[in-house]
Amino acid sequence: MNEMTNKIIGTPLDRVDGPAKVTGQATYTADYRPTGKTAEGFIVEAAAAPGKIRKIDTQAAEASDGVIAVLTHHNAPKQNPYGTPEEAGRFTQSHAMLESDHVRHVGDPVALVIAETLEQARHAAKLVRVEVETSEGTFDQFAADVEIAKPDSLDGADEVDTSTGDFEKEFAASDVTVEASYFTGAQHSAAMEPHATVAEWDGDELTVHMAIQIVAPGLKAFANTLGIEADKVRILSPFVGGGFGSKLGVHNDAILAALGAKVTGRPVRVVQTRRNVFSNAPHRSKHRQDLKIGADASGKLKAISHDSLAAMARNYPFAEAPASPTRASYFAPAIKTTHRVVEADIPRVDSMRAPGEAIGTLTFETAIDEIAEQCGIDPVEFRLQNDADRDPNSGAPLADRRLSECIREGAKKFGWDGRVTPGRRREGNKLIGRGMASAIRPNFLVPAEAEVVLSANGQLRVRLDMTDIGTGTYTILTQVAAETLAIPVDQITVELGDSHFPASSGSGGSFGAASCGSAVFDACGKLSKLLQQRLSGKGIAANAISVEGDRVRAGGNDYALADLVDDGALTVKGAVDPSEFDHGEEEYSYGALFSEVEVDVDSGEIRVRRLLGAFDAGRILNEKTARSQLMGGMIFGIGGALLEESTMDTRYGSFMNRDFAEYHIAVNRDVPELEVHMLEGFSEKSNPLGSKGIGELGICGTGPAIANAIYEATGCRVRKFPIHMEDLLQHLPQG
Amino acid sequence: MKPFDYSRLDSPDALSPLGAGKFLAGGTNLIDLMKHEIETPDALVDVTRAGMKEISQQPDGSIRIGSQITNTDLAANSDVRQNYPVLSEALLWGATQQLRNKATTGGNFLQRTRCQYFYDTARACNKRDPGSGCDAMKGLNRFHAILGASSSCIAVHPSDMAVAMAALDAEVLTRKVDGVERRIPASELHRLPGDAPERDHVLENGELIMAVDLPASPPRLQSYRKIRDRSSYAFAVVSAAVALDLDDGRMSNVRIALGGVAHKPWRASRAETALEGQMPSREMFLKAMKEEMSEAQGHGHNDFKIDLLPRVVAGVLRDLTAPERNGDRT
Amino acid sequence: MHAMHPLRITVNGQEHRADIDPRRSLLDFARDSLNLTGPKKGCDHGQCGACTMIVNGRRINSCLSLAVSHEGDEVTTIEGLAEGSDLSALQRAFVEHDAFQCGFCTPGQICSATALLDELKEGLPSVVSSPDKLAEMDEEIRERMSGNLCRCGAYNNIVAAISSVAGDKS
Repeated sequence: MNEMTNKIIGTPLDRVDGPAKVTGQATYTADYRPTGKTAEGFIVEAAAAPGKIRKIDTQAAEASDGVIAVLTHHNAPKQNPYGTPEEAGRFTQSHAMLESDHVRHVGDPVALVIAETLEQARHAAKLVRVEVETSEGTFDQFAADVEIAKPDSLDGADEVDTSTGDFEKEFAASDVTVEASYFTGAQHSAAMEPHATVAEWDGDELTVHMAIQIVAPGLKAFANTLGIEADKVRILSPFVGGGFGSKLGVHNDAILAALGAKVTGRPVRVVQTRRNVFSNAPHRSKHRQDLKIGADASGKLKAISHDSLAAMARNYPFAEAPASPTRASYFAPAIKTTHRVVEADIPRVDSMRAPGEAIGTLTFETAIDEIAEQCGIDPVEFRLQNDADRDPNSGAPLADRRLSECIREGAKKFGWDGRVTPGRRREGNKLIGRGMASAIRPNFLVPAEAEVVLSANGQLRVRLDMTDIGTGTYTILTQVAAETLAIPVDQITVELGDSHFPASSGSGGSFGAASCGSAVFDACGKLSKLLQQRLSGKGIAANAISVEGDRVRAGGNDYALADLVDDGALTVKGAVDPSEFDHGEEEYSYGALFSEVEVDVDSGEIRVRRLLGAFDAGRILNEKTARSQLMGGMIFGIGGALLEESTMDTRYGSFMNRDFAEYHIAVNRDVPELEVHMLEGFSEKSNPLGSKGIGELGICGTGPAIANAIYEATGCRVRKFPIHMEDLLQHLPQG
Repeated sequence: MKPFDYSRLDSPDALSPLGAGKFLAGGTNLIDLMKHEIETPDALVDVTRAGMKEISQQPDGSIRIGSQITNTDLAANSDVRQNYPVLSEALLWGATQQLRNKATTGGNFLQRTRCQYFYDTARACNKRDPGSGCDAMKGLNRFHAILGASSSCIAVHPSDMAVAMAALDAEVLTRKVDGVERRIPASELHRLPGDAPERDHVLENGELIMAVDLPASPPRLQSYRKIRDRSSYAFAVVSAAVALDLDDGRMSNVRIALGGVAHKPWRASRAETALEGQMPSREMFLKAMKEEMSEAQGHGHNDFKIDLLPRVVAGVLRDLTAPERNGDRT
Repeated sequence: MHAMHPLRITVNGQEHRADIDPRRSLLDFARDSLNLTGPKKGCDHGQCGACTMIVNGRRINSCLSLAVSHEGDEVTTIEGLAEGSDLSALQRAFVEHDAFQCGFCTPGQICSATALLDELKEGLPSVVSSPDKLAEMDEEIRERMSGNLCRCGAYNNIVAAISSVAGDKS
């Protein structure tokens, strides 16, 4: 085997798409330039909702300079009704736009202005006059008279409610109890690239360049919306400027661009403005989470209940599962979890990075900190002694349970030396506190296919409809191919984000690398076998082969590839079948987060001074990009704990902080030097590569580690997130 | 953005009536608002090439700052850093390097509020649309005014620089279309909202900010403190510019200006008076600020500012009057 | 009817003359008039930094600047930093240190960092600088790069990349 390519999986290979990204040559959707002259579409949003459009006057807009068309429900092409077919689910059902006079939520598109230039379209959009006759809406699931319902299903969890043991009995028999309600704010993924689409029709065939995480279901969404066959649609998404769940499926810009292109006969580009993103892209609902935890005097957990209340956007079935991590974090004889929703007339609620765990561990791990303290037990020790040896909910074995290992490793690296009395650690005008929390996130494997094409010149092309949303897919798949086929990295080209390529998992749920990596592994393994067979056919013994340049090396000799491939190239398909890894054990990635914060005694301003994570994500496929993923997750965690909240004026159902000046994501200076430790591992039960999901793991546990540190700094338990200075002000010492 | 005519002013001598037009300097707020059509001028007169780019010492020892000096250049000016550090600090606490490279001294004064209801054209705002109402009053108002507000508007002025200018008793030099020049104290450039919140300031149509004068012999001890959720690139929740001298241990020439609390940079003159001539102590600082807050009024989400401000100002005064700091400076 | 306005501007060393809509931002001029799509539109309101360009030696948010106001100016975009296929030292460092993930904010980050190195040389202060000297390098970089949001969270690696080049230069 070639020294260069042996064991390249796991090494910190620089991103293969790095040079394109640092020179501005990577083409994201809005950078794509069609051959025909592109028209620009600009969205007109409803100012009030829910209701019916009483009057829409487009005359001034149509007469404005450069305007080609103004689409409204009066003249938009016919589509299948929104949300049909119902059984198709949210990724593939009709996303019809401008289909009727019905306005779902504030910000819902009511017109699309199409003009020659962006400046012209943007101005003309301001000239469209819309009158909405509003009806009474539901905007706040915490209001008194709302209808609370059990959702049909949850995102990323099998059961909506669970119950093991007798919660009431165990809770009543507990020596120590914590009972509290926690509130987490609405959030937006707010990827740096706003949602964007360029749509072009060629006869009855539609080509869309768009920012999307999972390509294949998107085809069906267009088909179900526009009433065309899925094979008449092509989606291209070679570079995606971040997704974090907000680009899993097809969103409003995509359908509007397709409609606009149909009507004008031109390529139409619709790029959501940043304000659009905060009403036309999905968001994470605000939640109330009620927690009750009981333990015996020795600090053994006896009873846990976790009840979640979210908003669900009307006619868009999605419910997050914050109580899901509670089901498997620690052992207790009785664990009860429920999820409830209120249908509301608000923008779409959907997945945001680490759905469930991001806000579930935030509240649950804060409550665990409280009960550990009440038991008088160090939070590290408390978690270790309550670790589960089987799934507390199902009783199933836990594959590679390494939570305690992460906690011990994290504590050691952090220099955890126990708790101090809250408010006692002080440096000048700063109160200092430390805290920790566990991280847990389910591991998934989903179906994926890939195709590899080896040319006689030795160039290997790897193709699948997978996307690289910043996760490093281009690079990781290069490494998998290089090691499996024993071929140098510079002979490999990974081609992604084209629906003409084999259907894959797409990017989401932290399952992309494992699923697609396994499919590429399979394809390259088969290709290697095929080459061996062909060599054998020529009487050459070849137990192990490698490719270098245009030659195959086997048994100390090398042979021309040209003699082994048909018509200049060999094409082989591979796939991963998750059912082969269905072994009845519950799989999770694990971690432990430790933080140190400072709180200003004058203002209550909170800053993170240290943040450390020890993680188990099985085998690491690229040490460099994996670390980056974990750091990115940890920064999302900082945001959730301290900064991010989409605030809604519940009189109107309108998000008010719809820009980056007011919706605060962390800036560079908010982030200290992050300490990331990855346990060595190979999770053989997960997939052929031995890896586990990593993209969402870093968020889990980070928020509560910070919240628990704030408690140690100030003695103040804040049960709403993000935690702001005013939540601490009354608890600060005088100067 | 509404179509407009673009022209350049070659010199302040060539001023003519603006009508429904606007001056364009750095544009970092104006272009932002024009894209939303919250500002809809029919003409832009670019003043960035009309001179006014000098920082010079005047015969009386004051410093004259041309209105087209960028925030970057003003913050880095050695005279300013040495003698008016509160101004340099305030500028550097503001925005980002990219924005400071464009934003000008004159333009910084004239930036408009960040009130979310002002920015959302679907909501009622008397400042944007006089007579439409104020949705912030009973809405989301964490960032809003606690001092000097009216029943028609609770917006705050977002500038950091203007707060320091107010504390330094700076004067704004303007020229009107008829050539008449006037000097306006920086703390009187902006208005309280009253029943005309659409008017941020006292300038007349076509009146151009030419320069700002910083008086000679400012108080020796100066500091700017900005309180914000994010550690950089965030508007102030509240801020304080403080300048004073210590004479035999007693506070003198005390100037305190507050940001994030009112429709204008707020000179805390009651607190100044209460502190003048006193020995520094935390009790004194808090007492003075309590007096300043006596008419403060919260609107729900921003109630905490009434408690926060005295603590913040007391903290700045504590640090400025700390013996070790003053040991350093002598 | 409002007139188009003439513009003469130098971008990445090349002079351009155009008649443009005065409403066009410098960002849209680069992207849509010159087809330089490296600079990105993340917010279009000066709140993210993805559009950062270097104009007459200083970095600005090109989304908040009208192209017509840049008559005679020298503009550098991300496309102007590499010499052919030779990446600039910062571009190389960004790749080596994995200072990006999705890459969308990266052109702005690198333009920003390029100007930052000159600002340090020039001795321009930041809010973390002392009256007479700069703060520790990484702290200066963190503050000075805070005008460039990165949602993927590559901040640590961005600091490391810039620091490695700033270190080489000092």
